[in-house]
Amino acid sequence: MATQVVMPKLSPTMEEGQISRWLKKEGDQVSMGEPLAEIDTDKATMEMQALGTGVLRKILINEGETAPLGQPIAIIGEANEDISSLLKAGAGTGAPKSQAQPEQEGAESLEQRAPADGTRAAQPSGNGAGATETDDGQGSGRLVVSPLAARMAAEAGINLRSLTGSGPGGRIIKRDIEAAMSAGGKAGAEDAAAQTPQRHLRAVAPSSQPTQFPAVEGASPYRDEPTSVMRQTIARRLVTSIGPIPHFFLTTEIEMDRVVEMRRSVNELDPELKVSINDVIIKAAAAALVQHPQVNASFQERNVRYYERADIGVAVAIEDGLITPVVRSADKKSLSQIASEVRELAERARSRKLLPEEYTGATFSISNLGMLGIDEFTAVINPPEAAILAVGAVTPKAVVRDGQIVVRQLMRVTMSCDHRVIDGATGARFLQTFKRLLENPLLMIV
Amino acid sequence: MAVITMREALNQALREELRRDETVFLMGEEVAEYQGAYKVTKGLWEEFGDKRVIDTPITELGFAGLGVGAAMVGLRPVIEFMTFNFSILATDQIINSAAKMLYMSGGQFKIPIVFRGPNGSAFQVSSQHSQALESWYAYFPGIKVVMPSTPADAKGLLKSAIRDDNPVIFMEQERMYGQKGEVPEEEDFTIPLGVADVKREGKDATIVARSLMVPLALKAAEELEKQGVSCEVIDPRTIRPLDIETIINSVKKTNRVVVAEESHPFCGVGAEISAEIHERAFDYLDAPVRRLSGAEVPMPYAKNLEKLAIPDVNQIIKAVREVAYLDS
Repeated sequence: MATQVVMPKLSPTMEEGQISRWLKKEGDQVSMGEPLAEIDTDKATMEMQALGTGVLRKILINEGETAPLGQPIAIIGEANEDISSLLKAGAGTGAPKSQAQPEQEGAESLEQRAPADGTRAAQPSGNGAGATETDDGQGSGRLVVSPLAARMAAEAGINLRSLTGSGPGGRIIKRDIEAAMSAGGKAGAEDAAAQTPQRHLRAVAPSSQPTQFPAVEGASPYRDEPTSVMRQTIARRLVTSIGPIPHFFLTTEIEMDRVVEMRRSVNELDPELKVSINDVIIKAAAAALVQHPQVNASFQERNVRYYERADIGVAVAIEDGLITPVVRSADKKSLSQIASEVRELAERARSRKLLPEEYTGATFSISNLGMLGIDEFTAVINPPEAAILAVGAVTPKAVVRDGQIVVRQLMRVTMSCDHRVIDGATGARFLQTFKRLLENPLLMIV
Repeated sequence: MAVITMREALNQALREELRRDETVFLMGEEVAEYQGAYKVTKGLWEEFGDKRVIDTPITELGFAGLGVGAAMVGLRPVIEFMTFNFSILATDQIINSAAKMLYMSGGQFKIPIVFRGPNGSAFQVSSQHSQALESWYAYFPGIKVVMPSTPADAKGLLKSAIRDDNPVIFMEQERMYGQKGEVPEEEDFTIPLGVADVKREGKDATIVARSLMVPLALKAAEELEKQGVSCEVIDPRTIRPLDIETIINSVKKTNRVVVAEESHPFCGVGAEISAEIHERAFDYLDAPVRRLSGAEVPMPYAKNLEKLAIPDVNQIIKAVREVAYLDS
């Protein structure tokens, strides 16, 4: 039977994708698991595999075009099968954004009442029709979910509306729940990286509110450059952070003389190591997190999740955005390990070659703008983490020690805390430990 | 264990019960001197004689009624229908007399009778002689319905059927009489009625199959294993009373079910099993129960069409892949 190929979810935050390149032409034979197309997501260019076997009958979305999750992008079927009904169905759900709103709504409800003949079954809102502009964003469409999946989701406390079903007509089935559970509980599972992101990943991004830009009389001329998918994701993600998360900020000043000295002698001993100040900061933060598990946590509505490992997200600036690759178990790694890992992750981040499991699931993040000459700043928490540390530049300053004015290498850090998890004193104690570790770096190795 | 055919296993069961209990007797068309149309009663007339192994005229309603009367007065008749297609003529005696007598006599008359013979399709015997009638008989309270799929099950279940105090419809399959299998040689080997058998264990999907569909389901499961799908194959063996517990336990483990049957789907045994699963294990289902049944046509005579009218291994594989969402 002919089936629609829909825009898959290739990253945890992806809401739409752009066809970068079709790897098959119309009329080509495809078999399950074969690469079908390259898709630009908000994070990377990913290969999409065929989930069925047959002939690529029709390409619905051309190279360079964009489609929301769940929208049909191609049809795979037998060579001489009649695919006219699928073509019609594809036109229904994948309608261009100009389609009249009332008509679309009518079509949607009719479609959902139609018997599930496998071709015109309703798409759950949240992908398919739910992601088009006509949707109210509240996910009011009927959910299609197997009884088992519904029960598993209820037991695991998973919101079904946050999932994309991989069954026929977008039905949410057992494997989707299992994928969501392993994505959610990833921090605890060493082998989580083994899961395939192509087929089923949890949708975490809540619906966004459209931004209004008021037109101003006599304003400056301007040019519009379309926002990249990544820029849209950053915007949406950060809005969901500073809005719903009650941030508060704690700042402290740290004497970095010993760290600077340590780093200098380490790199002198072995120039290959190339340990940076930031690597030492990662190590110190991880060590402090282990001592203050309240900060290595996440607010989960009904419970607070405390992580066993310190997986540190390191913000890396890349062209047109940023991404936070994760140094897993940073508390257990040596400085040289951290240094080489961060360097390698950052390089691949810049070439947009990171895998989803390499930039998701951190338990705490660090953003360092010191190298850009920033003395002090505040960072926006990357949910579901509970805190982020904004690190400023290390600069020599005159300070008073024992009644004398002396020069010290000082660094200011500001931690943004999610007040639902971390209270002022909790955060302050963490920073105390962090400061003590950096001012006495020997403590990190004893 | 000895490897014998289904035909020989049935013959052993009959012989052992005839020897064990002198109230047991056989009756039917060609069961005595001709030794059975399918040679299931081979050698029995020679050993037990005219009184215990009785040839009848072509009068299904008549000899079925004789059997019911004999059972009422304390004998244990085993009535052979040359095929169950001919039992249609005897349904008044089976359904109206045998099935209801215990109830209507207020428990005074039990009817320990077995009606046996081949059921379902054979090879090119066309519409009137290729019918799977198990749902007819399973429909009525008061009758047990048994459908073995291996020589061992055939022997153990037939002996239990003969010893049972209720009317038992014992359905064999003509295509399977020559099928070989190991049969325990213990003196008194029986298998209780109403107990399903897990023919193969698995974890990804359950195939419920009976009679002719069991070997096909096992072959499909073998093929699916190579494709990475682990199938559990359950043979209920007794259609009524149905061991639904075993099926439900399997569904709770695998979350997906295909019911394969030779009979038509409408009001069929597969429909009943499917309904029971939805009632008892709804929350464990990851996909709707998929029935795979005989085509909704009278059985065609043409060989190619006959083949298409009955589920085959490929269709079972396809149905399992469907409920496991492997091709979606």
